[in-house]
Amino acid sequence: MRTRPAARAGQYTALLGYLVFLAFPFLWLVSTAFKPPRELGSLHPTWIPRDPTLTNFRQAFDEQPLLHAASNSLLAALGAAVIAVAVATPMAYVMARHRTRLSRAASGWVVVSQAFPFVLVIIPLFLVLKNLRLIDSVPGLVMVYVVWALPFALWMLVGYVRAVPVELEEAAAVDGAGRLRTLVSVTAPLLAPGIVATALFAFITAWNEFFLALVLLKTPEKQTLPVVLTHFIGAEGVADLGPLAAAALLATLPSLVVFAVIQRRITGGMLTGAVKS
Amino acid sequence: MRGAPGSGRRRGVGGHGAWFLVLPALLPILVLSVGPLLYGILLAFTDAQSGRTDPTRWIGGLNFRDLLHDTLFWESFRIGLVWAVGVTVPQFLLALGLALLLNQDLRLRWLARALAIVPWAMPEVVVGIMWRLVYNPDAGILNETLRDLGLGDGRDWLSGLATALPAVIVVGVWAGMPQTTVTLLAGLQNTPRELHEAAAVDGAGAWRRFRTVTWPALRPIALAITALNFIWNFNSFALVYVLTNGGPGGRTRLPMLFAYEEAFRYGQFGYAAAMGCVMVAVIALFLALFLVGRLKGGDDT
Repeated sequence: MRTRPAARAGQYTALLGYLVFLAFPFLWLVSTAFKPPRELGSLHPTWIPRDPTLTNFRQAFDEQPLLHAASNSLLAALGAAVIAVAVATPMAYVMARHRTRLSRAASGWVVVSQAFPFVLVIIPLFLVLKNLRLIDSVPGLVMVYVVWALPFALWMLVGYVRAVPVELEEAAAVDGAGRLRTLVSVTAPLLAPGIVATALFAFITAWNEFFLALVLLKTPEKQTLPVVLTHFIGAEGVADLGPLAAAALLATLPSLVVFAVIQRRITGGMLTGAVKS
Repeated sequence: MRGAPGSGRRRGVGGHGAWFLVLPALLPILVLSVGPLLYGILLAFTDAQSGRTDPTRWIGGLNFRDLLHDTLFWESFRIGLVWAVGVTVPQFLLALGLALLLNQDLRLRWLARALAIVPWAMPEVVVGIMWRLVYNPDAGILNETLRDLGLGDGRDWLSGLATALPAVIVVGVWAGMPQTTVTLLAGLQNTPRELHEAAAVDGAGAWRRFRTVTWPALRPIALAITALNFIWNFNSFALVYVLTNGGPGGRTRLPMLFAYEEAFRYGQFGYAAAMGCVMVAVIALFLALFLVGRLKGGDDT
């Protein structure tokens, strides 16, 4: 389709505007992370640090137990991702292949839970976990994250299962393969990329999560990275900007890397899940 | 797309086998999601408090009656609605614009796509921290840019009574735009290209092509993502917690922050649960009105 030059110019101007709006806060974070304290105190900050330094990163590790927090986050996110996918895949299979009342109810729950007000769930959850003696522990948080990741995981996985033609499974059955054999050697390999994408998505959501971790983890040694990051900000809202920026930047890197890997699959999965047969 | 429904699919894993497959996911859902939700609704009718030794009692609708007269809560509720609408609407319009641009054959499109993902992947806490750096009165880039442009000395955006709410709304728009853009873009790419070209051949201008070809195809997705955005925004917590923690003077105290403080700072579990119930009810009402209005509006155009 042809577009008039004037319109094209307008489009590029708009695109440039979007690029600036989307990029500048992140660039500022990077810039701040590499500035020495003296520069941060000056009244005329610059985009490019005049005197780039790594001291902020060292200081960030000194001020807060970042490594410890990162390992807690990693544990919570890995646990949530692996368990969520392990329990969601069989259920997604049943939901995609069988139209029972149960799978309809499950689909309904997937939709409703998107609108879930956390505030209504968090208080009972707090009390339940307290009774189970799982409050203030990473395993307890993992359990909550699993349930929290399930709706979207189911949503995506149902889409991926539907994309595997039933005919393939039937053909395997005709050839004399048992039910389990069919699932393991026909369906599973075709589902694998979708399962990996779903797991990675669950990983990021858990890695980034803040509210549940804030409420459920009280002991500083057990807290996850997002909660520990907020400790850089003092009670009066005053913060040591350099280390704060450095720590925030480090905490973002894993999510960015993983997200870059799965971005296409996420949008694909969202749409296939959305297309009702 | 799938083969004909019926006979073939029922074979294999049925009956007891299906239960076995479903149970591992169903149990945690029931125990940690459905159960707590019902428990939460029940709690709203009790005087449950944290760390109290007396047994919790049923108090009927007393929490709700108190809530009705709690002006602080309704002020927070009003702020929550301003925030949710103020974020959701620009979010949708900006995302639609970006999605339409990304759907064109423009150079630098790859860069915009990559950048559009960044806010989505970031932890909300980091987004909050990042914008605190931008808004910082001395070391922030916003005031420095204003000073360079000769637009005054800038101000303390996040602690100003008048600027705090608009400032956090901008952050909300920034943070939520990517997901909306990606969703709308996926919807755009599903609209039939031939229709577009046929309309262009017939001499339809860009705006008419959008109205008659693009929008009808995009509508269902646009409605769904807007409704979801509204819910997500109304329930959001981390961004504002990090940016202002509800300040200054409660000007940005979203209902979630209010309920969080009530429950976990003051230990009023029953009262906070009642707030949660009210939030859900009002949101459900709003969404019902929105969706009904939209669906009806569609018949006229």
